[in-house]
Amino acid sequence: MVDEFDPLKGKRLQILRETGTVNKKLEPEIDDDTLIRAYRTLVLTRVSDDKAIKLQRQGRLGAYPPSIGQEASQLGPTMALEENDWLVWAFREWGAITWKGVPLWRQFLYWMGNEEGNNYPEGIRVTPTAVPVGSQILHAIGISYASRLRGEDSVALVFFGDGGTSEGDFHEGLNMAGVLNTPTVFVCQNNQFAISMRRERQTASPTIAQKAVAYGFKGIQVDGNDLLGLYAATREAVNRARDGQGPTLIESFTYRMGDHTTSDDASRYRTKEEIEEWEKRDPITRFKRYLIKRGLWDEAREEGMMAEIQDEVEKAVNKAESYHRPSIDDLFKHAYADMPPELREQMECLKQKEVKE
Amino acid sequence: MKMNMVSAINLCLAQEMERDETVVVMGEDVGVDGGVFRVTEGLLDRFGKDRVIDTPLSEAGITGTAIGMAMNGLRPVAEMQFMGFSYLSLNQMICHAARMRNRTRGRLTVPMVLRMPYGGGVKALEHHSESTEILYAHFPGLKVVIPSSPRQAKGLLASSIRDPDPVVFLEPKRSYRLIKEEVPAEEYTIPIGKARVTYEGDDVTVVGWGAMMPLIEAARKQLEDISVEVIDLRTLTPMDSVTVVNSVRKTGRAVVVHEAPRSFGAGAEISARIMEGAILHLEAPVERVTAPDITVPLPRSEEYYYISPDRIMRGIAKVMEF
Repeated sequence: MVDEFDPLKGKRLQILRETGTVNKKLEPEIDDDTLIRAYRTLVLTRVSDDKAIKLQRQGRLGAYPPSIGQEASQLGPTMALEENDWLVWAFREWGAITWKGVPLWRQFLYWMGNEEGNNYPEGIRVTPTAVPVGSQILHAIGISYASRLRGEDSVALVFFGDGGTSEGDFHEGLNMAGVLNTPTVFVCQNNQFAISMRRERQTASPTIAQKAVAYGFKGIQVDGNDLLGLYAATREAVNRARDGQGPTLIESFTYRMGDHTTSDDASRYRTKEEIEEWEKRDPITRFKRYLIKRGLWDEAREEGMMAEIQDEVEKAVNKAESYHRPSIDDLFKHAYADMPPELREQMECLKQKEVKE
Repeated sequence: MKMNMVSAINLCLAQEMERDETVVVMGEDVGVDGGVFRVTEGLLDRFGKDRVIDTPLSEAGITGTAIGMAMNGLRPVAEMQFMGFSYLSLNQMICHAARMRNRTRGRLTVPMVLRMPYGGGVKALEHHSESTEILYAHFPGLKVVIPSSPRQAKGLLASSIRDPDPVVFLEPKRSYRLIKEEVPAEEYTIPIGKARVTYEGDDVTVVGWGAMMPLIEAARKQLEDISVEVIDLRTLTPMDSVTVVNSVRKTGRAVVVHEAPRSFGAGAEISARIMEGAILHLEAPVERVTAPDITVPLPRSEEYYYISPDRIMRGIAKVMEF
């Protein structure tokens, strides 16, 4: 598949069309339960996202980067991973980390301003939020190199955005991965914007996928609102990586329907008409149509699921909001494995001030 | 066994790689070439290319990859060819290596070592003589270790590799082959965060580290009438202030020596700690013997810039005569 859709020839993979019909030749085999679970995760991501924005407006959550429109772009690639594979994300991939098992309440907790939100349960191979754009790309290479050296057959998949491809770490990362032939899968969520800057202002390349060619490996551009296409392409990339055939770059061609973060106002740099065009390509509506066509879904089930999800989100928010405020000890004790004496003194000093007030 | 610092570090790397198969060495020219200073010579033949990794010329790439390795069970020892080029990877050190433990509340950690030759005095090109240790010392989460001799280098590097947190290990390149001393062939460690009193005295405390130590020793030997106590700090962060403060309480005078520019250098921090811990014992202001606040000059004028035993002696005289 990756070979057939050569970005240099202007090809873009699409399996699931806007209408909900599929390219039968390329349709991946996914069992019914997994398809339904995928749909549920897409919807859960959107509902959580909407909730997070509302909480931010009420002053109950800090600045937050909405996922709306990119749910399939986050989930499709992640579904191609096994439990033992690593997920290295940036900060706009709730759908991905949810699928990997990061509890929803910890995600809310993080955006409410508590590092404890990054403290995922044991065994979940997901790195924490990485805010400096593109800087996490390199970690995926080291992680996957380490897996291979230690005799595991796990791979690392890393997400970054179109803006991230302008950073030096993108170049150094893909170059390093090519040379070391690491089992790494690069997924660029090209959502067309880096805050206000359009994709064309990031690179003069017609596609991001074609950049892979210069690093000596394959790249493919995929419809980023097509969960099946993303899953299929990534599955192939993951298998190739696991098989020792090195890295792949996947460009997920999607659209950021919301603002960059809750501090941004996207109406300053794009039109309503443009957004309406993309609404027609919505990844969740499309996937729902597919499920209905396959006889896996109907409105009665939808209603039941929505009630369940609303409840799940409310519970997660409550749990995050009632989580205890970090103590002064919490602030200091993770600077080093063993607290240096000087630091202990500073901590005690801060505690004394706290008591006096 | 008598050896220089290059051999001591090399032996340490080999022993640590032998002891722990998660230790890997990586960097530019570290494999086939054995490193531009030959510090990693022979490791490729012994441990293979998967554990002695010749990387592309890519400082951020090396450091960021090492961070990922450390997050997933390896103990990478990454080399920056010269300190003056390590700035390209500062973002990775500051934003990730230093913070990963705190960011994840201890879930993911970065037990890596970033080795690099630092300092001048070898008539090098521009950017090859930098002593910018303070860039790393300022950031919580990092440790900065600077050996002054072959024996120190071997024990401190072993501790750095075994440390659960990221360590920046600065090797005084002018001392690489300058001194030979007796170094135990077997494994040993020297604790991080502990200074060493290398010479006891009563009149004045002189604090230094790395390449400054042989110069301080040369100055001390020439000062027959003054009893100088010498402290090799060994670790910049976490700093062993207690040893320094206790010494100054005894001597009442302090001179701090570093080859980095004066302003905002480590000398200012040490001076402040002496003030906090020993002000009533001080007979004179703390003297800083440092480089001036100018760019490191090219070799033709380096003698104006670098610290000499003579300048250290003048610094000591100043506090004695105050």
